[in-house]
Amino acid sequence: MTGLTRGSARPNQWLRNLNAKIASIPMILTAVVIFVGGTAWTVVYSFTNSKLLPRLAFVGFDQYERLWAAPRWLVSIQNLAVFGCLSLVFSLVIGFVLAALMDQKIRFENTFRTIMLYPFALSFIVTGLVWQWLLNPQYGIQSIVRSLGWTTFSFDPLYNSNIVIYGILIAALWQGTGLVMCLMLAGLRGIDEDIWKAARVDGIPMWKTYVMIIIPMMRGVFITTLVIIASGIVKVYDLVVAQTSGGPGIASEVPAKYVYDYMFQAQNLGQGFAASTMMLVTVAIIIVPWAYLEFGGGRKRG
Amino acid sequence: MDNIANHSMAAAHAAASGGSVAGPRGRKPRRTLSRRNMIVYGTLILVALYYLLPLYVMIVTSLKGMPEIRVGNIFAPPLEITFEPWVKAWAEACTGLNCDGLSRGFWNSVRITVPSVIISIAIASVNGYALANWRFKGADLFFTILIVGAFIPYQVMIYPIVIVLREMGVYGTLTGLIIVHTIFGMPILTLLFRNYFAGLPEELFKAARVDGAGFWTIYFKIMLPMSLPIFVVAMILQVTGIWNDFLFGVVFTRPEYYPMTVQLNNIVNSVQGVKEYNVNMAATILTGLVPLTVYFVSGRLFVRGIAAGAVKG
Repeated sequence: MTGLTRGSARPNQWLRNLNAKIASIPMILTAVVIFVGGTAWTVVYSFTNSKLLPRLAFVGFDQYERLWAAPRWLVSIQNLAVFGCLSLVFSLVIGFVLAALMDQKIRFENTFRTIMLYPFALSFIVTGLVWQWLLNPQYGIQSIVRSLGWTTFSFDPLYNSNIVIYGILIAALWQGTGLVMCLMLAGLRGIDEDIWKAARVDGIPMWKTYVMIIIPMMRGVFITTLVIIASGIVKVYDLVVAQTSGGPGIASEVPAKYVYDYMFQAQNLGQGFAASTMMLVTVAIIIVPWAYLEFGGGRKRG
Repeated sequence: MDNIANHSMAAAHAAASGGSVAGPRGRKPRRTLSRRNMIVYGTLILVALYYLLPLYVMIVTSLKGMPEIRVGNIFAPPLEITFEPWVKAWAEACTGLNCDGLSRGFWNSVRITVPSVIISIAIASVNGYALANWRFKGADLFFTILIVGAFIPYQVMIYPIVIVLREMGVYGTLTGLIIVHTIFGMPILTLLFRNYFAGLPEELFKAARVDGAGFWTIYFKIMLPMSLPIFVVAMILQVTGIWNDFLFGVVFTRPEYYPMTVQLNNIVNSVQGVKEYNVNMAATILTGLVPLTVYFVSGRLFVRGIAAGAVKG
């Protein structure tokens, strides 16, 4: 039966707490088969020369050598680095400034928050398509500014391979900063009021209180937000597909798209596995130090 | 909000009690406050306009005819309102050889989202309950793997899942996609439910145990009725997440089952034919309508949901 307590000395260990174990089967399967098994499988097969079908014919690091020699992959990595750094910096700065503004005991706070956060409810596909339209050089922002008399004005990121990644960045920031603002605002609300009182009594100006006292106190919130944004950046795929399809040429390719294209379009599984393993490594570089800092002292239970 | 209220109050106190010392500074805060308010509200209103602009342009574009779009500017309100683009987007827009519009994708998305939401929440809530109240040996290990797994890029696990689904004979079907959504919804939902159940008073659980209630009885009779809010949060999270999914839809289904987002992308980014920007924008709004409705109706709960679900990416 179900009501077996953990404390009771039962001869059969496996039958103890049986219902909980049965209920956890989906979780155990997902964790072990998909997350651990699937990841290990992909890593192992990234060392094979699988083409159309996965085959266990090991070729060492060939796939990785080919990967790092491929111009498209290098462009992808470069884009990810530029896009990643800029969107990290901008979304943290903008998100924090907005949160600080929202924290000034303002009226209509809910209205402002609703407006800033609604893009986050949308699909990346929707966001990408809207900004594709807004940045359309023939009808969009560029043509509006030109019609205002500034005829040499040029802003066509989606058709200019040098700046295309910034076009994607604008769309990504439009969608994501609302979330960062909300996380930061929650962090600001968690600051002890006495801190503010003390700073006020000492006559420290408000901006200085934010920079010197509040931000260092919100270290945890910043790090968590950073990890959330960073792990989202590595996965960026839909936005690029919708906004530019990787174009013009290969100028806005990203690693996630490289993986998809090689696995499902180019029938070159080995390359796809190698590229996805590199994505995994990138995430690990971000996550492992964070997890170590956050949970290093042993996880709290409950 | 509170801490600001309190610190300006503290300042008022300081001014009142220590008035003799800091006398001349008595009125100053009020003046700076109002100038500061102008900056604060001015910035926030500008930012709000920036956020609203794309939505406005989408709506305005979708209500214009193509001739008007070609000559006019995208911010101008329509001279002649037409709903034809909406009708066309819903019922006539073409993807490949199919010309039955977005409606097909909409119904596919409904058929994907509804069962995925129900199944993923059912499984994850029972999981969370087992982890919170019936912890067994090794449970924490699996849970940790699950949470860490949430950070692994999907691209790493996609192909093994394709193989598993193919072996099960459901690759390319709606069933397969529902399984995938259940799998990838599991980490965040389990975390959500585990934390919620762990926060309920333990006495309730113990009392029920003393009365002889078992695993499922406690779950259905005590836990479930007490946790309606968290179920709503989970639903908001899953409905928007699954509706907005693109990658899984494109990888795990055949074209006839493509969800709305995939079909939208195919319609708008198809290379053949003349670009009909008004139809494209109408289709884009239609696709965004479901999550937007969920967002505007749910309000604060949505914020709570994404704060918990932000790790999902």
